[in-house]
Amino acid sequence: MAEKVIELIGLKKQFGENTVLRGIDLSVEKGEVLSIIGASGSGKSTMLRCINLLETPTDGKVLFHGKDITADDFRLSRYRTQVGMVFQSFNLFNNMTALQNCVTGQVSVLKRDRKAAQEIAMNYLRKVGMEPYINAKPAQLSGGQKQRVAIARALAMEPEVLLFDEPTSALDPQMVGEVLDVMRNLAAEGLTMIVVTHEMAFARDVSTNVVFMADGVICEEGAPHDIFENPRNPKTKEFLSRFLAR
Amino acid sequence: MSFLNDVAQIFVKYYPQLLSGVGNTMLIALVGTVAGLLIGLLTGMVRTAPLSKRAVPRVLHRILNGIIAVYVEIFRGTPMMVQSMVIYWGYAFATGGKTLPLIPSGILIVSINTGAYMAEIVRGGIISIDRGQFEGALSIGMSHAQTMVKVVLPQVMRNILPSVSNEFVINIKDTSVLNVIGVTELYYFAGIIKRQNFQTFQTYLVVCVLYFILTFTVTRILRYIEKRLDGKNSYTIFGSQSASAAEIHVQREG
Repeated sequence: MAEKVIELIGLKKQFGENTVLRGIDLSVEKGEVLSIIGASGSGKSTMLRCINLLETPTDGKVLFHGKDITADDFRLSRYRTQVGMVFQSFNLFNNMTALQNCVTGQVSVLKRDRKAAQEIAMNYLRKVGMEPYINAKPAQLSGGQKQRVAIARALAMEPEVLLFDEPTSALDPQMVGEVLDVMRNLAAEGLTMIVVTHEMAFARDVSTNVVFMADGVICEEGAPHDIFENPRNPKTKEFLSRFLAR
Repeated sequence: MSFLNDVAQIFVKYYPQLLSGVGNTMLIALVGTVAGLLIGLLTGMVRTAPLSKRAVPRVLHRILNGIIAVYVEIFRGTPMMVQSMVIYWGYAFATGGKTLPLIPSGILIVSINTGAYMAEIVRGGIISIDRGQFEGALSIGMSHAQTMVKVVLPQVMRNILPSVSNEFVINIKDTSVLNVIGVTELYYFAGIIKRQNFQTFQTYLVVCVLYFILTFTVTRILRYIEKRLDGKNSYTIFGSQSASAAEIHVQREG
């Protein structure tokens, strides 16, 4: 069995009275592409945000290579360079060009030499097809272009795991394809990915594992083939039938 | 005609005093505004920083936040004219009669007074920045300080520049209250000139025009800087657009 990179144990999250996660157990192995599907409000994004501590879990553990990331002596900044994140709303730095977006973290956090950082950034911007636009500010780019730059920014830190929080949900339909293509290529290269998505075709064709969440718990987990062709949990069945009927 | 002659005479006869007054007014206003802005940026960074998980830094941070809150309330809530008397004569009282040099006193008073307003202006600027900018920075491992310096404050600076201009203009005018402790700024010299020529109206009219020239010039310059900061509307395409696009493997969802 491959090495466990990330492991969630009894993860719970409450916002005041509102319980969003009710005890999640999950593990992600090296090279795995895990898709998390489920209705809006089922806790998918919250779970993802707990993995890099953008949300602090109320209870339970998040382990990275067996180490508890909420421990007081855990080096959170270094961890976040190893577990990158791509957001639904891109969150590119508005005051920087595409290239600067991909360079700044390398220089200030990884302490890379600026010249080397630029080369690495160019490499990844080329990979996502955004090389011509390195001098553009985020406001001058389309949604799909912004998201590709955001992916390049995350990749430039050369992370072990990349988290995607509904990366195509804020995009026009014709731009969804260009972002999914980039993600497909990354999956093919063996990058460990956790993807919260409403793109069922992506979950079915690209991921190695699928998790279906509802009401803050994992209802069903398995290979994409089993989940999509042969769902056992009635909630999964209902969710998928609604989605596939569209 | 004798009125215009009087006015011209004031310029001719007293231009060294007027010039020195303009110079000191601008020096105090400019340094005071910049120092006040720095105070605002620093306090803004401290007040928006997340509290540490460890007990000692957390308590220190809370105390610091408390001090900042008290500072802002006191210096926003009392007139600068009174503040200058209290600080200047308070120092003399505490040291048994020693006094601070006047121009530095003026700069100090304007700086801490402006800092109290800037603290709120910067705080407003920071909370107006989209949460996503912070999260984007955190997600690549940046610390709070790095996030602030590289990502947030440059955007805050652009957004608050109109308010900073406002403060600068206010400071140019409000340095006039420093005459109560005898700082030799423009208004102070107006008093001296008037006592020599007994032409109160003409003298203050001249000073009034000078103040307006100062504030108007400064407003124009800052407006120009604002435009420059917005940058170009266009960007240059790097390399060949078509060749690079061809590298993307195009595959549409079925």
